[in-house]
Amino acid sequence: MKYPDFNQTIPIDHVGVEERVSRLNKRSIKKESKIQALKLALSMIDHTTLEGSDSPGKVIQLCKKAKQPYPAIPDLPTVAAVCVYPRMVRIAKKELKGSKVRVASVATAFPSGQAPLAMRLEETKFAVSEGADEIDMVISRGAFLNGEYKLVFDEIAAVKEACGEAHLKVILETGELHTYENVRKASDIAMHAGADFIKTSTGKVSPAATQPVTLVMLEAIRDFYYETDKMIGMKPAGGIRTAKQAIQYLVIVKETLGSAWLNNDYFRFGASSLTNDILMQIVKQQTGHYQSLDYFSND
Amino acid sequence: MSNTEIKEAPYKPTSPNSKLDFESVWEYAPAPESSDFVEVKDQYDLFIGGKFVKPSKGRYFKSTNPATEEVITEFAEATQKDIDSAVKAARKAFEGEWSQISAKERGKYIYRIARMIQERAREFSILESMDGGKPIRESRDVDIPLVAAYFFYYAGWADKLDYAFPGRKPKPLGVCGQIIPWNFPLLMLAWKIAPALACGNTVVLKPAETTSLTALKFAELVKDAGLPDGVINIVTGAGQTGAEIVNHKDVDKIAFTGSTNVGKIIQKSLAGTDKKYTLELGGKGALVVFEDAPIDQAVEGIINAIYFNQGHVCCAGSRLLVQEGVADKVINKLKDRLETLIVGDPLDKNTDIGAINSKEQFETVNKYLELGVEEGADIYQCKCDIPENGYFIRPTLFTNVSQSNRVVQEEIFGPVLTVQTFRTADEGIEKANNTPYGLANGVWTDKGSKIFKMSSKMRSGVIWANTYNKFDPTSPFGGYKESGVGREGGMHGLAAYLKI
Repeated sequence: MKYPDFNQTIPIDHVGVEERVSRLNKRSIKKESKIQALKLALSMIDHTTLEGSDSPGKVIQLCKKAKQPYPAIPDLPTVAAVCVYPRMVRIAKKELKGSKVRVASVATAFPSGQAPLAMRLEETKFAVSEGADEIDMVISRGAFLNGEYKLVFDEIAAVKEACGEAHLKVILETGELHTYENVRKASDIAMHAGADFIKTSTGKVSPAATQPVTLVMLEAIRDFYYETDKMIGMKPAGGIRTAKQAIQYLVIVKETLGSAWLNNDYFRFGASSLTNDILMQIVKQQTGHYQSLDYFSND
Repeated sequence: MSNTEIKEAPYKPTSPNSKLDFESVWEYAPAPESSDFVEVKDQYDLFIGGKFVKPSKGRYFKSTNPATEEVITEFAEATQKDIDSAVKAARKAFEGEWSQISAKERGKYIYRIARMIQERAREFSILESMDGGKPIRESRDVDIPLVAAYFFYYAGWADKLDYAFPGRKPKPLGVCGQIIPWNFPLLMLAWKIAPALACGNTVVLKPAETTSLTALKFAELVKDAGLPDGVINIVTGAGQTGAEIVNHKDVDKIAFTGSTNVGKIIQKSLAGTDKKYTLELGGKGALVVFEDAPIDQAVEGIINAIYFNQGHVCCAGSRLLVQEGVADKVINKLKDRLETLIVGDPLDKNTDIGAINSKEQFETVNKYLELGVEEGADIYQCKCDIPENGYFIRPTLFTNVSQSNRVVQEEIFGPVLTVQTFRTADEGIEKANNTPYGLANGVWTDKGSKIFKMSSKMRSGVIWANTYNKFDPTSPFGGYKESGVGREGGMHGLAAYLKI
């Protein structure tokens, strides 16, 4: 493959990006198409817990919810995956056995990435050996902002190798990259270095995912697809809490990349509280009434 | 896809590598704006001297909804006698009550109109889309908010005219005859009436015959606002009615927005009279896209430049000039982008492109589509579905065209973009300027100095950089060459309604 010169910057007009997003947000999603979108969004969630206080008990609860988000409505999809720290992978894997829900694990000294490469690779291999289907790595933002694009590229390539069969999601931590040009460049580096997915954020830095950043990344994916014929997935993570926001994201994906990306092989939401809001909206669509949050499990 | 089934397997595009697949696994359900509360009468009379009066010859003409081809209502046809009484009413108001009240009070009336427009914004948006075919998203988010903004802006000037022209004693002109087009019916009315009133004039306004509805609703609003009788008179009719206004002896000023052909006729008939005039005419705007431009945002800019309001925009960017190095990339992206435009019911909140305004214009645009193909251009249209009834045209690209093609030279006033390439900035400028028009151009580049170079060399009244079709009441608007005479908007727009 021919690699672009990452020292060249692809210009992005931030006014234009934000205008495009606000126009897409004006799409009015009603009735049947809303129900369909809610179910689609539910099926795309990486149900996440990434806390120092995570325990086997908490992770098991999370997995049960992932498999059966709301048993009172039988034909709901499961979420796409659960996303946990490496030490919890084995527990999640066991709990999810026999279901379609995949196990994703953050690795590479999440969220800062400030550990020697050897240790980050070791952690990646550990998570994979414990049974992780997907690895969510972080890039070295310090090195990126320092202009060491080759180093960032090589590290991603090394983690990709350490992943073996597992899918690699590369977290750019866009909140620390500050400009859309940087987001675009980091996306290009990650895709060329072997990412299967590019992901906005760890959820530990503010701002986390935003719609304009997501649009810039989707456009990077589109250009990569035009050039290489390879489809890369996209995962906005952090800050997506409501069903309404989730539907807005789906509109952005639909009108930027088209139908091929409208499934959980190519689009995910990294979120923890989104699941319940989507469930609440689905119940509302079916019954015509909003239920109290007490009717939804907090797992 | 049914509502329960979620696609598990990747949905592979049918023609990978060059095209994305927007054939939908998830369609937007119809989202029509409810219009039940909007009242449309079976027939509308002329608004003269503060009253609705029957036309002297008793003739009415029908107005249709271009999206359904159904008749909405009937408008009165104003003839010479009616125009005469409208001008008399305007003269009487000008010499009477309107010139007696203070400038501050005059401003208050205009502020009141602005606020009432905002209060009734939803009603006006719906009527504008029903009568003219433009998508509700545009009438709701662009037309009507701008109408209010123009009235607010000029209301503020009413008692500050001495400061706009220091050292002069600006005086109103008198009775202004105003003739407006069908592409932005209420907005063009605001562009004309707001500065005229702020400067102390009275008006006789004729809306276009296909889109008179919002002007007559506006007349009702004027009555509710309690404006002195005769300050605003609205007369409906076609070209002949317009000619009666232009040729009326007691009119002091003519403001016209419309085609260059009619503009020339008006200019001829005004020659030798002491009437002042402003003409805002046609255009054939160029969009110059350099290879260092932010391409994805440039593509959005192009879409907004030509497909906004079905291309019925005098300042539309209808000629794309793209630098050779990025031409293929831009064209391919444009083609993919066309697939996501939604063409259809103007009252659906998701519609991007509504109906062509009238049967006549529908035939004109179609004639140009045939002409382009006959002259050897390659035509590309989106695959989107369009309704069976009504006047709809798919957004269109013509590639493989040159400067000599008629589709490149002539104003089509429809959703039709021609695509040419250039190599250097100088060639871009030369091609952009090689037209009898000069209303608006656009330039896309990441480099500020290039924007300045292009904007000082391109000969047009408006130049947008890295954006297009942005309007604001504070900004003057008008054309070079055959695109018009005089400026509207901003402080410059005041001068056109004053003796200075």
